[in-house]
Amino acid sequence: MEAVVVENITKTYGKGKVLAVDNVSFSVNKGELFGLIGPDGAGKTSIFRMLTTLLLPDEGSATVDGFNVVTDFKQIRSSVGYMPGKFSLYQDLTIEENLNFFATVFGTTVTENYHLIQDIYVQIEPFKKRRAGKLSGGMKQKLALCCALIHKPTTLFLDEPTTGVDPVSRKEFWEMLRRLKKQGITIIVSTPYMDEAALCDRIALIQNGKILSIDTPDNVTRSYPANLYAIKANEMYRLLKSLETFPDRLNSYAFGEYAHATFRSEKLDTAHLEHFLTDKGLSGIEIKRIPATIEDSFIKLLN
Amino acid sequence: MRTLRFLLRKEFRQIFRDKAILTLIFVMPVIQFIVMPLAADYEVRNVNLAVVDNDKSTYSQKLVSKVIASGYFKLQGYNSSFKEAFQLIESDKADLILEIPQGFERNLIREDKQKLFVAVNAINGTKANLGGAYLSSIIGNFNADIRMQLVQQPRFSQFPVIDVVASNWFNPALNYKVFIVPGILAILVTMIGGFLTALNIVKEKEVGTIEQINVTPIKKHIFILGKLIPFWILAMIVFTIGLILARVIYGIIPIGNLLVLYVFIAIYLLTVLGFGLLVSTFCDTQQQAMFIMFFFMMLFILLGGLFTSIDSMPYWAKLITRINPVRYMIEVMRMVILKGSGFQDVLPQMGVVSLMAVILNGWAILNYKKTN
Repeated sequence: MEAVVVENITKTYGKGKVLAVDNVSFSVNKGELFGLIGPDGAGKTSIFRMLTTLLLPDEGSATVDGFNVVTDFKQIRSSVGYMPGKFSLYQDLTIEENLNFFATVFGTTVTENYHLIQDIYVQIEPFKKRRAGKLSGGMKQKLALCCALIHKPTTLFLDEPTTGVDPVSRKEFWEMLRRLKKQGITIIVSTPYMDEAALCDRIALIQNGKILSIDTPDNVTRSYPANLYAIKANEMYRLLKSLETFPDRLNSYAFGEYAHATFRSEKLDTAHLEHFLTDKGLSGIEIKRIPATIEDSFIKLLN
Repeated sequence: MRTLRFLLRKEFRQIFRDKAILTLIFVMPVIQFIVMPLAADYEVRNVNLAVVDNDKSTYSQKLVSKVIASGYFKLQGYNSSFKEAFQLIESDKADLILEIPQGFERNLIREDKQKLFVAVNAINGTKANLGGAYLSSIIGNFNADIRMQLVQQPRFSQFPVIDVVASNWFNPALNYKVFIVPGILAILVTMIGGFLTALNIVKEKEVGTIEQINVTPIKKHIFILGKLIPFWILAMIVFTIGLILARVIYGIIPIGNLLVLYVFIAIYLLTVLGFGLLVSTFCDTQQQAMFIMFFFMMLFILLGGLFTSIDSMPYWAKLITRINPVRYMIEVMRMVILKGSGFQDVLPQMGVVSLMAVILNGWAILNYKKTN
């Protein structure tokens, strides 16, 4: 059963001058944790806003829970939860007041659906009298998630929920999403962080308004077409420059403290490469074969 | 209904939590209400006068002291030549020059006539005009006094005399404050209501909270009502405070029925708030909203008949004032407070303002889109 179906959706801004979403189609199954992965400006937020009935698509159609986003917006508004990328709760109301407010707006009460948010709410409950504007980034996100969940939505749209949140809170946040998934809620999440992509059931890699690939994270990395090597040396800049001049090189780029590179030949002669790099005046050279990550796949797709 | 109640509770919470705004809502109008009518006075006083007395006679002395004693003039120079006096005007120290010619006393008594010269600095038009008029009437009085002393009046005047006696109705003492205070109160209520509504919704847009509201099943008209009612109540409170202050400070007690006044202001506020709402639906930032509101408020106030009479405006300006809600508000305030007009009398104004309320609010609801 599909929770969200998007068919050939297109959105332009500025009277057709800026193409934000370009003929995008995908579908999300019920109870799935689906990730939209892409850099800033890829069109993730536009897709979210169209699916949550805040933006009208120029072309194409989309349904959420079988309801059309243009004609049945009323049903969608009462059945989905949306957490915008920017913190959009009332900063001058307390945690408790925000939660009560949104529960009422959806025609429900906090106690009715408390079981859904309990796990998350207990973490911020000690501060329930504090105004939302005075909370830390991680706590704000937890509150926003509570507010988006309070009416027991069938589908949850989370637009870059972890941007600007510290690594520990990010990890916690994803654990919460996993637990929500167990409750049968469909979750669509967007993120610019590639490491988070691996935590989704399926991901769509998106760039310049186009979807490059949709698959499970494992399949995405497994389908990486070449052998990937991580190379380390004492000087990163010179290492990258040297790799570019290596005749067998296909592609190379910095990746943390290593440089990642792919080569034309099936099996790389590591001794030959090491010799080549030493000749260029580099030392402390380390070469190893590694499995591709989502980021590698993404970079590969971009080239 | 439950949603609306919650929206209202939320709105009031936010208002009472923002101490700066709350203070502004109540303190600002009170201060303005106290300062403005006292300072912005139409009566021209302290007109700076330079006298050039070429006669230096008893009569010329008498005339000058009579002018000064009127209380409207301040003697800035008693000069010996017009040139000297004119320097005072040039250096902005004097507004008026009264030149008394040589032989003033002699000619006045012997020949029954004499000319005086009054030069007016017309840079400040109102001051010069009124100053000149005051001076003429004082001189006229002076002249009449002298005639009385010098001429043995015949039993019946040889000349038919029309003596005009004016009686100022509704404001017998021609007290400027009685006239201006109701108008200022009207403007204060307009500003509070209009600005607060316009800025409030735009703030939700700016902070992004409207995004979260838009994905909820809240109905448009409920949301807008939730915005209108709190500011409607606040403006009503400000109005009541204003009425009390008018009574305590200026001793202005509405002659007409308070109910008429409140019914009118209740409708009028819907118009003003509707206007604020409409502006907010067109703006994305508080700055934009602020400037647009300011632009219209200036127009409304200047074309509202508070400071200048609408009757003396050019025809096209009069047409504009017809669609200016502030004009009707000021009219009704003066009618009810000063004249004691009843429901029947303010019905036309009430009709126009009601129509405006329907149009503005309807337009605002249509223009407020949850989807773009």
